Amino acid sequence: MTRDMGWIDIGALDDVPLRGARLVKSRAGCIAVFRTGENEVFATSNTCLHRGGPLSEGIVHDRKVTCPLHNHVYSLETGEVQGADSGRIATYPIRIENGRLLLEAAAIAKADAA
Amino acid sequence: MPKEKLVIVGAGMASGRLLEHLFEAEPDRFEVTVFNAEPRGCYNRIMLSPVLSGEKSWSEIVTHDDAWYAAKGVTCRFGEKVVAIDRARKTVSGERGEVPYDRLVIATGSSPFIIPVPGRDLPGVVSYRDLDDTNAMIEACKPGARAVVIGGGLLGLEAAAGLRLRGMEVTVLHLSGHLMERQIDASAGYLLKQDLERRGIDVRLKASTAEILGEGRVEGVRLIDDTEIPADLVVMAVGIRPSTALAAAATLEVGRGILVDAQMRSATDPEVFALGECVEFEGAVFGLVAPLYDQAKVLAKTLLGEDDTFVLRELSTKLKVTGCDLFSAGDFAEGEGREDVVFRDPARGVYKRLVIEGDRLIGAVMYGDTADGGWFHGLIKDRADVSEMRETLIFGPAFQGGEPLDPTAAVAALQPEAEICGCNGVCKGSIVEAIGAGATDLGAVRAKTKASASCGTCTGLVEQILAVTMGGDYAAPKAQPVCGCTDITHEDLRRLIKAQELKSQPAVWQELGWRTPNGCHVCRPAVNYYLLADWPLDYTDDPQSRFVNERNHANIQKDGSYSVMPRMWGGITTPDELRAIADAADRYGVPTVKVTGGQRIDLLGVKKEDLPAIWGDLNAAGMVSGHGYTKGLRTVKTCVGTDWCRFGTQDSTGLGIRLEKMLWGSWTPHKVKLGVSGCPRNCAEATCKDVGIICVDSGFEIGVSGAAGMDVKEVERLAKVATEDEVVEWVVAFVQLYREHAKYLDRPYKWTAKVGMDWVRETLADAATRADLNHRFAISQSVYQRDPWAERTEEQQKRRYLPLADLTLEAAE
Repeated sequence: MTRDMGWIDIGALDDVPLRGARLVKSRAGCIAVFRTGENEVFATSNTCLHRGGPLSEGIVHDRKVTCPLHNHVYSLETGEVQGADSGRIATYPIRIENGRLLLEAAAIAKADAA
Repeated sequence: MPKEKLVIVGAGMASGRLLEHLFEAEPDRFEVTVFNAEPRGCYNRIMLSPVLSGEKSWSEIVTHDDAWYAAKGVTCRFGEKVVAIDRARKTVSGERGEVPYDRLVIATGSSPFIIPVPGRDLPGVVSYRDLDDTNAMIEACKPGARAVVIGGGLLGLEAAAGLRLRGMEVTVLHLSGHLMERQIDASAGYLLKQDLERRGIDVRLKASTAEILGEGRVEGVRLIDDTEIPADLVVMAVGIRPSTALAAAATLEVGRGILVDAQMRSATDPEVFALGECVEFEGAVFGLVAPLYDQAKVLAKTLLGEDDTFVLRELSTKLKVTGCDLFSAGDFAEGEGREDVVFRDPARGVYKRLVIEGDRLIGAVMYGDTADGGWFHGLIKDRADVSEMRETLIFGPAFQGGEPLDPTAAVAALQPEAEICGCNGVCKGSIVEAIGAGATDLGAVRAKTKASASCGTCTGLVEQILAVTMGGDYAAPKAQPVCGCTDITHEDLRRLIKAQELKSQPAVWQELGWRTPNGCHVCRPAVNYYLLADWPLDYTDDPQSRFVNERNHANIQKDGSYSVMPRMWGGITTPDELRAIADAADRYGVPTVKVTGGQRIDLLGVKKEDLPAIWGDLNAAGMVSGHGYTKGLRTVKTCVGTDWCRFGTQDSTGLGIRLEKMLWGSWTPHKVKLGVSGCPRNCAEATCKDVGIICVDSGFEIGVSGAAGMDVKEVERLAKVATEDEVVEWVVAFVQLYREHAKYLDRPYKWTAKVGMDWVRETLADAATRADLNHRFAISQSVYQRDPWAERTEEQQKRRYLPLADLTLEAAE
């Protein structure tokens, strides 16, 4: 892991399966890093608002993920719960550079302090 | 008062619609005579393409049959050409005599344009305009026969696709540099060409026909560059022109079509009207059905003495070739002061282009993903100011104002004047009104308003309006779609995957018109299962389409930890295995060790990152995954049988182990549990299993479709056999039949209730069928019968079970 300009290198894009996710542990709590079918990446809280299910184990479809425990669906872009339920999980800035995944340090530090 | 004598020349779609309006308003006002050169009444000409491709039958597209005309008292002179109109005497002369009129409607439609090349009259050269043409094409369809379609516009491509579906070798010749150049731009044309070529249609652009070759019958086509293409059938589909000969002979003023005013009255004679593809209005001629229906409505009003005005409106185009998703609307030519917004996704074959002039959207072309076409068309028609949403406009309505709406919410939010059915010009308000007046299902709404009655693409919208308007009272059609991504049922999905040989997820999404880019948590696991069950050698299982338990090969528990359960064949274990299990439980701090109902030992509360290591340890002791987490073979519960029991009649333990070794590793629509009891006392509780064997002195009774979960049900007898070999053969055949036919997540008892136990028994009674099923099961097992634990002990695989990164270890800054 290296830090550069406030972005933390958390691994290679290819370490995250296409239409899949991996877990990142942080002091702000567990973060799920998603890779969509279109090769976009998103980072959100790993914890479902309903019963705390691990979202990184959910099925990734379009820009959404379905919690493996009780099928709550979240937008990966906004963190909003989809459908009839309401609520929002934290989202974190993440980008791809030269095939590496970079997570914004400040956002995590802020969540940590909060 | 004597009835007015109304004579209509032509019985096409516009004519049929005009009559409906007239009879609805004043059933007794007119004495109607209809001439038609075709020996039949009105049918849905737009649907000839599905008839050609075999997706629909002729009778399904008839809109007005003889009984309808008879009931309305219409004199039908079908199959009779009109030879002359005498406007001075106000008579129409058919081949079999003349008839007087008070008012005359000319609805002669259009004729195909036949390019003036040598050989155009040869037998085997057809146009594509009516049922006779369609039947001529169908007759020419012999396997391996070759067709050349001249013209790569809407009709030509639908003809080409239909002929290809019927097994012909098809070449499309198109004069211009890209297909459908009047409806779409070059980029969309390129994608369309690729899609057609993928279906085996040979597309040749800038191809100019010089001559149709043949001695007594068509044999080929020669292009001006002297290329020769052999052909058994040549379809001319280069365009249509209004049929105006009759009108011109009657000295009515004719330009490209018969000139009419906005009341559909001919420019020449106040008692003569014209309607449909034969007219010209404000310089425009017509080929799509929507304006024709508008004209019919206006003309009905005019004939009834009411006011109405025909106005030109923006039209949109959709190509009715399954899998080629194309949409265009408005004006998309490049020009001064016009700006383009373009979105491309080469991987998905998606192209979208919007043309903006000032603050307005004036044109849209989309290929590959046309879901937002109706919305763009609305913006174009309404001349809406799009400056506010310009930046995200191309992403469609879902991106305007945050949250994507669910479809019913979107329909609920539509204004009453929003158009639902483009073909018939039916707005939401009319549909809601019809529902209020008692039309409470799709058929009734269709009958009352015509919405979705022509090309049918708005059927889903109409159903949503029914649902929104009636709330809980609306009984949606019984067949439930797989999920919100599609309208297709599981049963149809399975059928289409086999019939269309769809062997990948993208093929399913594309060919079956999924509304989402890659499904959802409901459909993806089902599609993944269907594909791997039907095409074990072609399709590769996709872990990302599996529920977490099957992806991680362990059962997720409510706290996010997992359970680990090794297979114990037939419930038999050894001291060594037990020691290995005990050691593993100690080493990984397993909080709970449980003996399960399926005669195995479950280790509960294992952390995800420990899974590969604990599996490695159990593998080393000779154990493999018990698949206690799959929609697949779970356990085979046995009693001790003749080995030890004084009542045992057969070796039930041995048979159970044999069945488990045969079936383990296979994926099934839902979990499958077996039981083998050594005598009718049934200590293995075989009579409530998915497959239960009861051993008796004379052999084995095979029961299937028992249940002991949400429902409790005793097995039904499948067969009684004499030997263990036969048991295995029958059980494998039953499981494979279930694998090939059942809906995902139906246990065998639910599936057999749907298809009928009789059908299952009859199917499996045939020894050859059983052998085939066993063979296909063996092919599948050659791919899937492997221990997932052993496959996940390599470093690379192990890493997947660890966090990608652990930032808690970093020093605080």
